[in-house]
Amino acid sequence: MKNKILPFSVIIIFGIIFFIFYKGLEDSKIYTPDVNTKKEIPDFNIKEFFSGENVKSSNIFKLDKIYLLNIWSSWCVPCRQEHAFLMNLSLDNKVNIIGMNYKDNLSNAENFLKELGNPYKEIYIDLDGTIAIEWGAYGVPESFLIYNNEIIKKYIGPLNQQLIEEINLLIK
Amino acid sequence: MKVLRFFLIIILFFTFSVLKADELDKRNNITKNLRCLVCQGQSIYDSDSEFANSLKILVDRKIDEGLTEAEIYEYFKNKYGEWILYDPKLNKNTYILWFMPLLIFLFGGAIIFKKLKKKHD
Amino acid sequence: MIYSLVGYYSLILGLIIGLSLFYFSYKNFNNSNILDTKILSFTFLQLFFVIISFLCLIFSFVVSDFSNETVFNNSHTTKPLFYKISGTWGNHEGSLLLWLLVLTLFIFLFLVRTKNQPVKYKILTLVFQQIIIVGFFLFLIKTSNPFNYIFPIPTEGLGLNPILQDPALAIHPPILYLGYVGSSIIFSSVLAATSLKIISTSWASHIKKWILISWIFLTLGILLGSIWAYYELGWGGFWFWDPVENVSLMPWLALTTLLHCILVLEKKSILTSWVIILSIATFTLSMCGTFLVRSGILNSVHTFANDPERGLFILVFLFILIFLSILIFFFFHKDNDRKSSSFFWLSKETSILINNWFMMYFLSVVLIGTVYPIFLDVISSQKISVGPPFYHKLMIPFLIPFLLMMAIGPKLRWIKSQLKDKTYLISFFIISILLAFLVLKNFNQNILINTILISSALYLFFITLRDFFVKKYKNISQNISHFGFSLLILSILFNSLFSSEIITNLKIGETFENSKTKIVFESVDQKKEKNYNAIIGNFLISNHDGGEDRFSPQLRIYNQPVIATSEADIKTTLMSDKFIVINLVQNQDFFNVRYQVKPFMLWIWLSVILISLGGIVSLLKKDNEK
Repeated sequence: MKNKILPFSVIIIFGIIFFIFYKGLEDSKIYTPDVNTKKEIPDFNIKEFFSGENVKSSNIFKLDKIYLLNIWSSWCVPCRQEHAFLMNLSLDNKVNIIGMNYKDNLSNAENFLKELGNPYKEIYIDLDGTIAIEWGAYGVPESFLIYNNEIIKKYIGPLNQQLIEEINLLIK
Repeated sequence: MKVLRFFLIIILFFTFSVLKADELDKRNNITKNLRCLVCQGQSIYDSDSEFANSLKILVDRKIDEGLTEAEIYEYFKNKYGEWILYDPKLNKNTYILWFMPLLIFLFGGAIIFKKLKKKHD
Repeated sequence: MIYSLVGYYSLILGLIIGLSLFYFSYKNFNNSNILDTKILSFTFLQLFFVIISFLCLIFSFVVSDFSNETVFNNSHTTKPLFYKISGTWGNHEGSLLLWLLVLTLFIFLFLVRTKNQPVKYKILTLVFQQIIIVGFFLFLIKTSNPFNYIFPIPTEGLGLNPILQDPALAIHPPILYLGYVGSSIIFSSVLAATSLKIISTSWASHIKKWILISWIFLTLGILLGSIWAYYELGWGGFWFWDPVENVSLMPWLALTTLLHCILVLEKKSILTSWVIILSIATFTLSMCGTFLVRSGILNSVHTFANDPERGLFILVFLFILIFLSILIFFFFHKDNDRKSSSFFWLSKETSILINNWFMMYFLSVVLIGTVYPIFLDVISSQKISVGPPFYHKLMIPFLIPFLLMMAIGPKLRWIKSQLKDKTYLISFFIISILLAFLVLKNFNQNILINTILISSALYLFFITLRDFFVKKYKNISQNISHFGFSLLILSILFNSLFSSEIITNLKIGETFENSKTKIVFESVDQKKEKNYNAIIGNFLISNHDGGEDRFSPQLRIYNQPVIATSEADIKTTLMSDKFIVINLVQNQDFFNVRYQVKPFMLWIWLSVILISLGGIVSLLKKDNEK
């Protein structure tokens, strides 16, 4: 009896291991943080893009309004592709697009806006990238949909037509 | 032998005379235990991506604000999830991770003990 | 063009020979007392075709034949010839061809070199090895053919990732694979011996040689990988507990355990089941490592092109081998230890058992740490990371008794022994503790666990050092390895405890100064090479004691593919390494400068070489005895 239990249990254990590895093959192993959970927006001080004045985050985001915070930079290539979609979105005027300029050179950033247009209601500067971390971002571009001081949804990577439509749906 | 030992002591005493700054030490310790989200195989300490550089600055700032190591880990865990910590906390997800090797050790010990004891019977 | 064609058809021929070998083995198995010459010549022919195929791939790389997809993806005309050649195995397809080369090479050498063993055993070993070989032929041809065409033929290749362009890494895969894949012969032979029930002392001394060969190459292979990480990955680390490093460590741990265990089998004909399990585990862990790395199921710093189909193939193949060995083990193996299984608590075999016990524990820590995130993700879709702190916490406390056992164990005799006249064992211990305490006390590193750890490592150090003088040539190989291990632990400990670091941002012309060190960032030069452009920073670093060094770390921007890397400038001396690396910061005019003094760095490499030297001595001694 004892002689039979051992081989069987060994085979079953390896069977389970096989199954788990097999399942593990299916999904991507690149880690991305959770994008769907609602979170309070962080508290911070930030410089205004044109005037260079310090602004408190509570003065930027008001209750009962919808905001889209977009982290961008002139040296980031996907930001260029994304920019046209942001321009389109800004035409509707349903959502306040706030720009956060990430680790950029001021004159480069200004040229970028001159060349491609300015979709942003307000722009702020994150020179050392620490405020992006307060938001839980880790690259450029990233966008956050905000309502009532809560992050409703987070978009990692450039926005495209499909995501813009999703944003329009969420706004309604 | 004596000469060798003496030699060794001399070497040891003269080679390391650099005392470390505590602050930097603490920062390095913390950043070694945080995983970089950009180059996902490296720690923040080892990585030099933009993200890692900013994170290092933020860790410095948090240390200056007087946060403890545990509080800093908790802060980043809230921002990016458990994944960012290289040192998984003991909770219901990680009981097996932490205790399985120890159980295997005890189990192995039991087998050896049994083998040794057999002789006396 | 022609190379790809020849290479591809050589692979097909190799596969056909592999299949025909099953047939010849079957015919030869029952009706002959000598090994059929056909079998030997066919095995040679198979090796020959794999070599031809491998050479074809190398030539394709050398002449930059971009009609070959592998060459196109991994090479570039501006690359130096040395890296064109090493690029052959720096990619998935080429490295698998190298696998195949080692597999066929080892079985051929095994058949030629094995004497005084039954013919049936040789044939059966060949059959099991051919199962692995045919599996890999299919894998290569079906999912990762290194000779795929592309049309139209591109004029230029995509280039090799610059961090792979390093001398240590160029020879790392062949050396590592000789150990990693070499363990396949142990696997095949143990399955054959189990099926034929011929596991005995004579089998043990025969297979020990192969275990040693694999072990030596695996040790050196891991060392080279570690050296590469130190020079190329930056920041002066040499072991990151990265999954790819772990999967090379796991077979090493199993192989080292097996190496100790086989001694007991050789002398006393006990522990047979355990030897079988370990032999199977070693190669299984190598395969499992290949699966984990190549399937992309884990993310690590070392990325191969990931393809789920490949992962699935290796996974299925791996488990076929596992189930095959489980069946053979339970079906054929009857534990006949019992009649002689008497252990005295104070004996060499007990000490080896205890060694095995700890090694298995270390193995389980590494294994569980590496695969647990996958399991957790599949079962509860929680994502966690398991990193250095986990391994350190679970391993370091266990290292202490392990080191002590390593010192005392070899002093014991087989079967039964007493510890008489061994006062030096105790006196050495006391000296070690005092010394460790003094060292740490003097440098404000007074942490209890470090004191104990250093004392136990010092203890092993002194005991093995004494043995060099007292015992002379008796057990010299084992003593060299154990001495090397004590040196390794000591170097790693001192390295991590006493290294110092300065991190600062400097503009050109600026100076950083603290109480001990002064760093002057003098100037910046530019250099244009064939395959990269470099920015060279010139630094003058002076110590408080007046020593001055010039450093010139580089930032390189490679042109194919366009990747920026930082090349550290490292000054190695006997007692410490000085390590400086610079980095650009986005949109800033300063450089991020990191300067480290890392004591005993060279000793880490040297002690690993000593460890494997022990193996080489043992191998040579065995040959002389014959």
